[in-house]
Amino acid sequence: MTASQKIWALHLGLIAVLFAAQYVLPPYHATNLARIMVLSIFAMGYNIAFGYTGLLSLGHALFFAAGMYGMGLSLTLLGWTALPALIAGLVAGGLLAGAVGVLALRTAGVSFMIVTLMFAQAGYLALLYFGTITGGDEGFNPDRSLRMIGSLDLSADTPRYLVALGLFALALLLCLWLVRSPFGRVMVAMRENEERSRMLGYNPFAIKLITLVLSGFYAGLAGAAYGLLFGYVGATFATIQYSILPMLYVLLGGAGTVIGPFLGALAMFYLIDLASGITDAYFFVVGAALVALVLFAPKGILGALRERGVRWLP
Amino acid sequence: MAPLMVAQDLHRHFGGLRAVDGASLSLQAGEIHALIGPNGAGKTTFVGLLSGRVPVQSGRIELAGEDITHLPAHQRVKKGIAYTFQITSVFPRLTVFDNVALAVQSAGAAGLDQQVATHLSRVGLADHEAMLAGSLSYGHQRLLELAMGLALRPRVLILDEPTQGLAASEIEGFKALVNGLAPDTTVLLIEHNMDVVMDLAHRITVLNFGQVLAVGTPQDIRQNRAVQDAYLGGHDAAD
Repeated sequence: MTASQKIWALHLGLIAVLFAAQYVLPPYHATNLARIMVLSIFAMGYNIAFGYTGLLSLGHALFFAAGMYGMGLSLTLLGWTALPALIAGLVAGGLLAGAVGVLALRTAGVSFMIVTLMFAQAGYLALLYFGTITGGDEGFNPDRSLRMIGSLDLSADTPRYLVALGLFALALLLCLWLVRSPFGRVMVAMRENEERSRMLGYNPFAIKLITLVLSGFYAGLAGAAYGLLFGYVGATFATIQYSILPMLYVLLGGAGTVIGPFLGALAMFYLIDLASGITDAYFFVVGAALVALVLFAPKGILGALRERGVRWLP
Repeated sequence: MAPLMVAQDLHRHFGGLRAVDGASLSLQAGEIHALIGPNGAGKTTFVGLLSGRVPVQSGRIELAGEDITHLPAHQRVKKGIAYTFQITSVFPRLTVFDNVALAVQSAGAAGLDQQVATHLSRVGLADHEAMLAGSLSYGHQRLLELAMGLALRPRVLILDEPTQGLAASEIEGFKALVNGLAPDTTVLLIEHNMDVVMDLAHRITVLNFGQVLAVGTPQDIRQNRAVQDAYLGGHDAAD
């Protein structure tokens, strides 16, 4: 098999396995998996910015929350139906990422982390401040009757799983196409050596801004889907924790790999799930896992595999 | 004939250091022009001004009659000014193919694979396409750097000490390659190896303390007393 055939077999194979999983898994785990797939979309977006382009943001919770509230408020305030609301969430994430990017990309490295964190905190506080509209820190539950696409009831298990899978598959294949495209090569060049890339005729600011907007679209879509599928829109999703989580997923699964964010989200989700069944101090277990990761596989699961011979992994 | 590129009275001071202090240069289309001078003469800063890596404090730069003095570096590349780095600056963790592909796609050319292959075989690296650039020998990395410069299909190619670290046999190959670029590409060559300069250059500009000491053919420069005093040390390098 050529590398290209292997890549397609792997990624389409993953989607097929996830499709089959709903018939095998008990409902509890199927719902978990739907959640993980949506969070993976978020992590894939984070990976586009961080893993491929080298933009270490601490503000992605803002774009996730923008998607979630963009969707939720379109349902409740504007009276839109679920599908346009979902798209509104996607657009909100991308637009906000663009606006933040125009300002934050004047900085780099640690300053970029701090500036993005600052914007995200401002966003979080704004959600609390405008509590009459956003529901404050309690958030709100969009009514079940609003969570319908046509006659498809998104609060029911099977449609929810299928919609999560459909969005996941779309995001995965788009990401695969992106990173294998000429633009994907430029993204990596920007990560590896910005000054050299400039001397090859690429405008670093423009490339990084485009990347951040793409990343924001992913985060926005994920936030919108999360709110729509699981029926809750809340300000907790705008907290720093939701900026850190996608980073952890990406680091665990392998930064700069297409499937890594999914693997990372899967592993982290079940690590927390299992650990919290054993002890209240489940973050201790998560911490230990991350220390082990840094010690033994600093490039994450797939990063380690790629280094050990599976070089064709995109 | 109007020169392709003109730099007039460029200044760049770093604090009290006058790295470039009123230097001018004109490049005729198709020529190989060498820029020489003792260490610290301001050569790299000067080409930094030309390529846009270093902002100009005063003076004017034109490419084919167009003022490009304040264009950012990436736009100058698009206009046809390519710069290859003094310190090898390939992407070590990308493949040789990807390194050249980045340059090819920047120049907006169709047929990516074919073009990459062409440029790699031009510098003799066709067999190394799938290797990581960082695993190449130093000399091969220099050649890869050159391939990236060529793949930009520049009108002016600025080579900053391209033969540094090359073996004698590789230098011969390099000279043949640069000779083959004229007259399509104009070359500005910063070089310490006087044999290479004297063999390749049609004209030479000598820089000293950020100023132009002399301009002329290799013959003129060899016989120029001021140049001999400042740089060539009288007898050792000129013969």
